[in-house]
Amino acid sequence: MTDAAHPGTPDHGYSLPPSYLGAGTTLRSWLLTTDHKRIGLLYLASITVFFLIGGIAAAVMRTELMTPTGDLVSADTYNRLFTLHGVIMVWFFLIPAVPTTLGNFILPMAIGARDVAFPRLNLLSWYLNIAGGTLALVALLLGGVDTGWTFYTPYSTLYSNSYVTLAAAGVFVAGFSSIATGLNFIVTVHTQRTKGMTWMRLPLFVWSIYATSIILVLATPALAIVLAMIVGERVFDLGLFDPTRGGDPILFQHIFWFYSHPAVYIMILPGMGVVTEVLTCFSRRKVFGYEAMVFAILGIAIFGFFVWGHHMFVSGQSTFASLIFSLLSFVIAVPSAIKVFNWSATLYGGHITFEASMLYALGFVGLFTMGGLTGLFLASVPVDVHVTDTYFIVAHFHYIMVGGMVSAFFAGLHFWWPKITGRMYSEGFARAAALLMFVGFNVTFFPQFILGFMGMPRRYWSYPPEFQILNLMSSFGAMILALAYALPFVYFALSLWRGRMAGDNPWRATGLEWATASPPPRENFAEPPVVDSAPYDYHPAHAEPTEREDARDREDQDDRPEDPR
Amino acid sequence: MSGAFWSRAGAHAESFDRLFAVLTGFSVLILLLVAGLIIGFSIRFRSGSKVTRHKVSRLVHREIEIGWIAATAIVALFFFWWTTSANLQQAGAPADAMEIHIEAKQWMWKASHPDGTRELSTLHVPAGRPVALYLNSQDVIHSFFVPAFRLKQDVVPGRTATMWFEADKPGTYPLLCAEYCGTGHSKMLGEIVVMEPGDFAAWLDSRPEGAGLIAAGRALFTSAGCSGCHAAGSAVHAPELAGLYGRQVPLADGRVVTADAAYIQDSILLPRRDIVAGYAPIMPDFADLLDEEEVAALVAYIRSLKGDTP
Repeated sequence: MTDAAHPGTPDHGYSLPPSYLGAGTTLRSWLLTTDHKRIGLLYLASITVFFLIGGIAAAVMRTELMTPTGDLVSADTYNRLFTLHGVIMVWFFLIPAVPTTLGNFILPMAIGARDVAFPRLNLLSWYLNIAGGTLALVALLLGGVDTGWTFYTPYSTLYSNSYVTLAAAGVFVAGFSSIATGLNFIVTVHTQRTKGMTWMRLPLFVWSIYATSIILVLATPALAIVLAMIVGERVFDLGLFDPTRGGDPILFQHIFWFYSHPAVYIMILPGMGVVTEVLTCFSRRKVFGYEAMVFAILGIAIFGFFVWGHHMFVSGQSTFASLIFSLLSFVIAVPSAIKVFNWSATLYGGHITFEASMLYALGFVGLFTMGGLTGLFLASVPVDVHVTDTYFIVAHFHYIMVGGMVSAFFAGLHFWWPKITGRMYSEGFARAAALLMFVGFNVTFFPQFILGFMGMPRRYWSYPPEFQILNLMSSFGAMILALAYALPFVYFALSLWRGRMAGDNPWRATGLEWATASPPPRENFAEPPVVDSAPYDYHPAHAEPTEREDARDREDQDDRPEDPR
Repeated sequence: MSGAFWSRAGAHAESFDRLFAVLTGFSVLILLLVAGLIIGFSIRFRSGSKVTRHKVSRLVHREIEIGWIAATAIVALFFFWWTTSANLQQAGAPADAMEIHIEAKQWMWKASHPDGTRELSTLHVPAGRPVALYLNSQDVIHSFFVPAFRLKQDVVPGRTATMWFEADKPGTYPLLCAEYCGTGHSKMLGEIVVMEPGDFAAWLDSRPEGAGLIAAGRALFTSAGCSGCHAAGSAVHAPELAGLYGRQVPLADGRVVTADAAYIQDSILLPRRDIVAGYAPIMPDFADLLDEEEVAALVAYIRSLKGDTP
């Protein structure tokens, strides 16, 4: 990296312009900002609100499910709760979470840019996201939606007496936010890289956001189309999905999953990027197999488009189609496995420390592995036939999305919090929260694998009494999880006025974002940095890594100067 | 509902349990491997430990990389081959399967036996005999899920879904709806009662409405106007229906289909889909005129018509 980026460089805030936080304190200065860092924080505020709303819905559901009979809320209310939980969590938390907060804040700095390519479009993205979220929330306040987040037809079009149109319109609008964000990042990575930042020197976090952006741009239009069809069906009675008029309910599922399967990778790929940054930093190691990691990211992004039919093995699709989708679903396991093995191998020979951020990242690897392995069950047609639409599925995707993606989000938030705010949080509380989250998560969701194997279908307001013990365990785990999510609010908030100053680079991390002040100035860098080495320059290539404290004093011991790594 | 969720009945369940056990064993191994690597490295290479940190030469680096890419690819393809071949072996129902019609609606299951016996939310079947189900939905998508059989099939309105099973042990097994279908989704429950063949025959004989469905179909055949063209001696050139059931039917586009219950139902509701070779596509569409129960009655009646050449 540049001299300025070299670990251990003393703080030099005095020579820089004031931080982005000091550039204005009025509401107007936030709501009309085009600074990617401020927009990242606007997103952080909005997704936090959505996460709380979705989380409260989950808490009520888990309370209801403590007893086999439906006694806390009515069946209709329960159906509205899981729809609310799904719609809000998927579209207004999981999909925007990492790209729009950490991506917005860090990505331009990580490539040495002053901002994203289209700063005003970036702000528009946030407003579109808020507009979509508001429409969805209005639908929920008026009385809710009871279709499930999947909006399956013909239930959603001909039978549901709820605010489907409004909620679909909300998700439709938010989709444009996704597309604009994706487009912005693609152009930013192509055009805004600083001198010397070649493609094969990009941090894997940038690669993962780049691949995610491609999926956002290519897949989201399919979602927009199918939601427009739902609205058209409900408002104009088009008959597109009505079998009595030549329509086909299955058509909906094909278009919906053509978006929604790649959407899983929209959620998880940025998390994989975050975890790579964290694991390398706290083990003082270059990432194992950088090129393989890049190709794995791109492979997942591409193959992710061709596996949607594995959501439809029991829909009546042809045996041959199921066979092809099953094969492709097994194939996509390979790049995912490469990533897991490479993360493990990255730890080899390191000088590992266990900051909260690292604990979240290590937890991510374990939970993602669980989610990925149970994906093999679902890629197998005869096994999927039994466990699909049961709690096995619920457990599987929560392992990927909550165990994986949310852990990675917290890993990134803890990693970059000193950069974002300029202050350190309480490491002790943060580690406790990370451990609590890992335990709470497993207690909540592991029993659901067993429930699904036993045959408890998902979306059940009441259930046969055989299933009560496992459901009680799950609800108990959810309480631990709720506590684990509440803790960071406390210590992050406290850090804002009690936290000690972080300095430019408290973790002694590589990466250009650490080569500037914390919090960074409006223009990110005093002058554009120049890159002359590969990412994760924690030790000379093929030499043993060194401890963090003396890393700066190390001479370059690389005896293979021709090696690009 | 007894503690039958854990119980297992039939060939599908046996094959499922074997696949599931092997996948679980494999997953546990991989999980232990990954957890072992992470925890082992975390302890061995913790900051401050005095262990020697060897260089990883570039060659070893590449060999490890290629090794585990190849290993995961081979394992993935093996599991694909194995589970798919298990699936294909069980794809089609055996020819001697007993056929039963299932009507799904918010929020109940209705079954019709070949002789016209009807039952609600319960399905009686003989043990040791393959049973083929033809499933229709009157409203939204439902899913016929019998955990003990390890089987599930979505029932999509507008098309006839098929599935088959063979229960080997008499008993009562829970039936659940597995596709979200509205307010009563979690109450859309039923039972599959598997009986010894002798007991099943006795049960069937004891049901009073045995011939009811066929009789209703016969009446509809005239009142809905079918007989105007399809009755023997009609002036209109329409396919003969006696003995149709189970026959191979050549179609105008060159395909040959078996006249099973799904075909007959589709021919009533969507007559232009499969035109019989040598006939003009003149039959009107009955989709809006008949409800699902009436169609089921007509199908039962047409099945009961024995021709000269079976």
